[in-house]
Amino acid sequence: MADTVQATAPSRGHDKLMIGQSAVSIYTAHAILILGIVVVAFPIYYTFVASTHTLQTILRPPLPMLPGGHFIENYSEALFGGVGRIGGVPVSTLLWNTTIVAFGIAIGKIVISILSAYAIVFFRFPFRMFFFWLIFITLMLPVEVRILPTYKVMVDLGLIDTYTGLIVPLIASATATLLFRQFFLTIPGELVEAARVDGAGPYRFFKDILLPLSRTNIAALFVILFIYGWAQYLWPLLVTNRNDMNTIVIALKKMVSFADADTEWHLVMVTSMLAILPPILVVVFMQRWFVRGLVDTEK
Amino acid sequence: MTPRVVFPNKILPYLLVAPQLAITLVFFYWPASQALYQSMLKEDPFGLKSQFVWFANFAKVLSDPNYLNSIRVTAIFSVSTAAVSMIAALLLAVMADKVVRSRGLYRTLMIWPYAVAPAIAGMLWLFLFNPSIGSLAYLLRQMGIAWDPLLKGDQAMVLVVMAAAWKQISYNFLFFVAGLQAIPKTLIEAAAIDGAREMKRFWTIVFPLLAPTTFFLLVVNTVYAFFDTFGIIHAVTGGGPGKSTETLVYKVYNDGFVNLILGDSAAQSVILMIIVIALTAVQFRYVERKVHYG
Repeated sequence: MADTVQATAPSRGHDKLMIGQSAVSIYTAHAILILGIVVVAFPIYYTFVASTHTLQTILRPPLPMLPGGHFIENYSEALFGGVGRIGGVPVSTLLWNTTIVAFGIAIGKIVISILSAYAIVFFRFPFRMFFFWLIFITLMLPVEVRILPTYKVMVDLGLIDTYTGLIVPLIASATATLLFRQFFLTIPGELVEAARVDGAGPYRFFKDILLPLSRTNIAALFVILFIYGWAQYLWPLLVTNRNDMNTIVIALKKMVSFADADTEWHLVMVTSMLAILPPILVVVFMQRWFVRGLVDTEK
Repeated sequence: MTPRVVFPNKILPYLLVAPQLAITLVFFYWPASQALYQSMLKEDPFGLKSQFVWFANFAKVLSDPNYLNSIRVTAIFSVSTAAVSMIAALLLAVMADKVVRSRGLYRTLMIWPYAVAPAIAGMLWLFLFNPSIGSLAYLLRQMGIAWDPLLKGDQAMVLVVMAAAWKQISYNFLFFVAGLQAIPKTLIEAAAIDGAREMKRFWTIVFPLLAPTTFFLLVVNTVYAFFDTFGIIHAVTGGGPGKSTETLVYKVYNDGFVNLILGDSAAQSVILMIIVIALTAVQFRYVERKVHYG
């Protein structure tokens, strides 16, 4: 067949053709991929374009396909001016809240999971496996299945509208504990023995040997957990009432109303962009860790 | 394998597990047991007295047409979401597996929707398709289609499925690409030499060898569609119009938190708990051994 090229033959472009692959099918592949990326990127591009136009332009669809000239105006109005519908809270406050929550959840989860995994793997004590199972079973109790009683606990503890309330209930994580446990089990006993012979106690061993060895795992987990924390919806919806304690995702939902004509769409678009940007930057710049973390946490 | 060498410490290990256990007990076990207990209680509307009714709440919930409707909605929603995002991701992954040039670039551009929160993914699609300002809604109307997802139930369903599937494509894409890379190229080349055309090679070799990945993604996507899409439903449709997009999780929230029907909501929570336990069991029973072919 004319369009089949041998594996060793120089390829057109830089794509090396396998036996049975035709150049046409490679071009088709590129075309489909580009189309796929356009579809995947379009909603975000559209929102970006909308965020640079005036409210009047947005209200008269179709929207122009190129950015308008109101970038600085819209972004500074949203970031520092305050948005009427959510009680005049500026978006910078929301970004600050969400950053604290995302960091708090990611760091909190990593700290308490690494500690409990350390105890379960490197110590022997009564009820060890019982504790392990207690932690493991929480996999099966997502917030969604215990909404009201958990809310009641929050009210009783006075944690509504606090950072503690937004963060602490979400940092118990079976997944992270399992991940660290699995990793610790691969550490050879000789290493522990050598450390003990050299006089290292549990604290020294943890700080000087275990933590440095876990760096990759921690980085991978951090990316996944940061995104997880940033994307939280149901929980912040339950435990925040005050507008200035909202996360950006919840505030965005509150800003949009279809019943009223006075939704400030240009500010909504700006807020959407600002809500998307930080986690996207984390994914793109920490791509290696991200992919690793994703694969690890699903094991 | 557990390392045999351990630290001989009596108190320290308890201190190390204490933080996680404390949080787990206060925020997981206590509320979950309350949900179990409440699911068997009947409270009067003022919350003044309650009566233990065993499984009456479950019987009531399971015979409630609204609940049956939300089971149906959830089934349609999760099957469509999983199907749309997995088919799209598989197609793109197969294409990405073919090309060498700019493969890394394609991957980078494909994975970032993962970072978009589900609720915001819903918003983005709403911007495009809402009847008052959406440009694509405008185009649809120009084409003579009566598009209004705020009034028409099936259109609302299409909208939330698109948003939910869109967000999940990147995740499925990454796993399919990894699955494809694990298939030995020699196998495919051998088939090519024997004269099998591209489509035939895909369906008889690649697709069966991808089965473990596909099955794993099916479970993960179901869990995602059941639980993680609350934000999409809440932000985009609020379960409406009518009850056409009211999924099980949304109904638990709505009955318990908005309508304050505690017994019913708790019974629904317990049913959901059983579903999660079943899904987790499936995940660990089959997915752990990813090498089960066929």
